[in-house]
Amino acid sequence: MILEMDNIQKSFGTLRVLRNISLSVDAGEVVSIIGPSGSGKSTLLRCATFLETVDSGTISYMDTPAVTMDEYGNINYVSGAELRRIKSYYGLVFQQFNLFPHYTVLKNVMDAPLHVQKRDKAEVRETALELLRKMGLADKADAYPCQLSGGQQQRVAIARALATKPEILFFDEPTSALDPELTGEVLKVIKQLAEEDMTMVIVTHEMPFARAVSDRVIFMDGGVIVEQGAPEAVFGDPQQERTKLFLRGYER
Amino acid sequence: MSLWTMVLKMSEGLGRTCAIFFLTLLFSVPLGMIVAFARMSKNKVISGITRFFISILRGTPLMLQLLAVTYGPYYITKSLDFISISVARNKLIPVVVAFAINYAAYFAEIYRGGIESMPVGQYEAAEVLGYTKTQTFVKIILPQVIKRILPSITNEVITLVKDTSMAFTVSYQEMFTIGKQIANSQTSFMPFVVAGVFYFVFNAIVDFGMGKAEKALDYYQ
Repeated sequence: MILEMDNIQKSFGTLRVLRNISLSVDAGEVVSIIGPSGSGKSTLLRCATFLETVDSGTISYMDTPAVTMDEYGNINYVSGAELRRIKSYYGLVFQQFNLFPHYTVLKNVMDAPLHVQKRDKAEVRETALELLRKMGLADKADAYPCQLSGGQQQRVAIARALATKPEILFFDEPTSALDPELTGEVLKVIKQLAEEDMTMVIVTHEMPFARAVSDRVIFMDGGVIVEQGAPEAVFGDPQQERTKLFLRGYER
Repeated sequence: MSLWTMVLKMSEGLGRTCAIFFLTLLFSVPLGMIVAFARMSKNKVISGITRFFISILRGTPLMLQLLAVTYGPYYITKSLDFISISVARNKLIPVVVAFAINYAAYFAEIYRGGIESMPVGQYEAAEVLGYTKTQTFVKIILPQVIKRILPSITNEVITLVKDTSMAFTVSYQEMFTIGKQIANSQTSFMPFVVAGVFYFVFNAIVDFGMGKAEKALDYYQ
């Protein structure tokens, strides 16, 4: 298993956002998480990437424990070198891109591999340029993020996340901040990654995209997984009333 | 006394004026960063004490602070038996101490404003990519903060140029103090006009330099 999250609970104050959620992702699997806003989808990703700390539950990457729980229910996060290693296993693409505006496109992509992972400069440069080519941005290497469209910025963000060679890539509503005519170019590169067997977890509102690209679709509501399965099953023949209701909202 | 003699005499104090200016910047710019971090500390005691001192330093006249730093140690220790501190012979030291502390308080609040205005997404992106806290601050946050606060810093630096004249309250022989003495002895207003021209030219240079710096950071957003 690349990722294993077990019995994750997370509350903000009195609001229980995640109620005992378990999620495991296999190598090469593409998992889409759909559901109404406030259902806990993004929080689940933020817990998986340690941007939020869980209240209870365990997380491991590549069979290495990252968050453990003792018999009294106390949560323990790994630290130091172990944590750094675990962080190198995943990447995250944000809804708002969060590129570094003072760096060129190329430096955005190269900086973490160079200064966090301390990889060889020539190799990193080659990898970065190759990634930008793949994203259709070879000619933008020396541009600054503010000179790019939203779709281009998001593709740079994807290249930046891939440059650290993660085992799994998370997407937190990657097209929600984009104009409708720009979502296609971002979805296209994600599709391309899926064809290359990149392991991905995608929180999205793009239903046709989720249906086309995923191996498994998870429908979340109210902090629990209501239903999951193959895209044909979840979209074509949903079993739960809440899933049906939610999907009907998108057909209109 | 001819105008030219006045200008020459006052120029002799210009070196001291510049000493106050550059030494104050040298100490207050980094000190302000330390104060800003103390002010933003999660420790309520540290941030509370820092906040209190900042409010004192910003809430009382710089002139008063100059007097307190220069003569305070003498008056406070005079009544004690075991220690006595005389008034510093070289006034540059208390003057720079007072200026540096006062300006650090202002810079600290500018830094804090700049740091707190940074979108949280920048921290999160850096964290997920594995940057350490130090790397995140030095490589990602600080460069963007500098760009954002540069206009406010320019304001402070321009004020500092003019504030150096306040050293006359402790009779430190900088340009304005000399000018004031000439004005008194010659019963002439001319030295003040000369001083005004000096400050104006000094600030024109500061403005030009800071403008260049702002322009150099114009390449994004």
